[in-house]
Amino acid sequence: MAGSNPTSSGYIQHHLQNLTFGYHPDNGLSFAHNAQQAADMGFWAIHVDTMLWSIICGVVFLFVFRKAAKAASSGVPSGLQNMVEMLVEFVDSSVKETFHGKSKLIAPLSLTIFCWIFLMNLLDLVPVDWIPELAKRIGTDFFGADPHHVFFRIVPTTDINATFGMSLSVFALIIYYSIRMKGLSGFIGELTLHPFSSSNKLAQLILIPVNLLLELVTLLAKPVSLALRLFGNLYAGELIFILIALLGLWQLPLHFAWATFHILIIVLQAFIFMMLTIVYLSQASEEH
Amino acid sequence: MNLNLTIIGQSIAFAVFVWFCMKYVWPPVTKALYERQKKIEDGLNAASHAEQKLEEANQQAEQTLRESRDEAAKILEQARTRSNQMIEEAREQARAEGERMVANARSEIEQEINRAKEDLRSQVSALAIAGAERVLESSVDEQSHREMLNKLAAEL
Repeated sequence: MAGSNPTSSGYIQHHLQNLTFGYHPDNGLSFAHNAQQAADMGFWAIHVDTMLWSIICGVVFLFVFRKAAKAASSGVPSGLQNMVEMLVEFVDSSVKETFHGKSKLIAPLSLTIFCWIFLMNLLDLVPVDWIPELAKRIGTDFFGADPHHVFFRIVPTTDINATFGMSLSVFALIIYYSIRMKGLSGFIGELTLHPFSSSNKLAQLILIPVNLLLELVTLLAKPVSLALRLFGNLYAGELIFILIALLGLWQLPLHFAWATFHILIIVLQAFIFMMLTIVYLSQASEEH
Repeated sequence: MNLNLTIIGQSIAFAVFVWFCMKYVWPPVTKALYERQKKIEDGLNAASHAEQKLEEANQQAEQTLRESRDEAAKILEQARTRSNQMIEEAREQARAEGERMVANARSEIEQEINRAKEDLRSQVSALAIAGAERVLESSVDEQSHREMLNKLAAEL
């Protein structure tokens, strides 16, 4: 438990606050000292902890895979190469089952999504106080910060910015593939001429706004649901870890139980994000 | 939980990671996988090919074995006939030889007998003449009686 926080709600709030760096109207370029200041910074602020840990995860993923890729040969694989090949084959077969077009991007994209999200989610299993406490020590000892003002959340996927960052990138790809495969007119036609269509020109004209509304909702629901599903699962998991951490000695068995269950969630959520990305992209690139 | 610049930073990081993965991770690994698949396929093909060849070789060997066994049996049979034939021939020859020898011996004996008869004949006539000469004391006209005595000897 963070000893410097007297109340449970303070402890929880402290744990759910990102380390935010940005331009504050009063303080200038600085780290936010509390949630209010972070909110005041508006859009032009950055969550340093989210960025740092997500990039660490990505670099670890790419480092490990690059190492295996360099050593990859058609001989008998061993250890690391085995694991990497297993993952690559798993992703490759998932992509081939769902996406029937030809694309050099989709399979590596799926692999990156799966491994990156998995590693970021994995940070959720690190006991909730370890790294924030370490950050607090470093912050106060080396930078002279007030311990109450050092926030540090290490799980990037519990930050909605991270999940939306990914899902919006996927959304951009969905639109790109739709336009590339069907042409701009085909894409617009898909948005306006389905699901209701009529041979009567006037009736069709009336139906266009209805179709557009329905299809836009369908389209926009994709990135939103992708981002919120991952965020919601991990945020809730994190919150439960924090609540368990408040229980004193009882936290030991409970933490173990929840962590065990959480292993399932982190893999599952990474897989779901990957599978849905493939499905959305295959929908985007197929004619109806 | 504010939406802020992080979202853009995350998107950029994501794009960079995907690009790196697409460029430097995916191709070598899939290439290695493909190559291994090909290798295994080739190996399996070679194995089944070899199996087939072995089967063929076995059949060939069996065939050869069967042929040589037949050959051997044939040769054996031939040898047996040949030996029988030879024995038969030898027996035949031996018998012919024996008969010939017997015939020779017989003719020789006959000649011997004839010669002995001839001898006897000539000696008998001389003896008879000598005997008669003694008996008669007087000389008998050898010329006139020889003819008669010769006739007598031929009758012997």
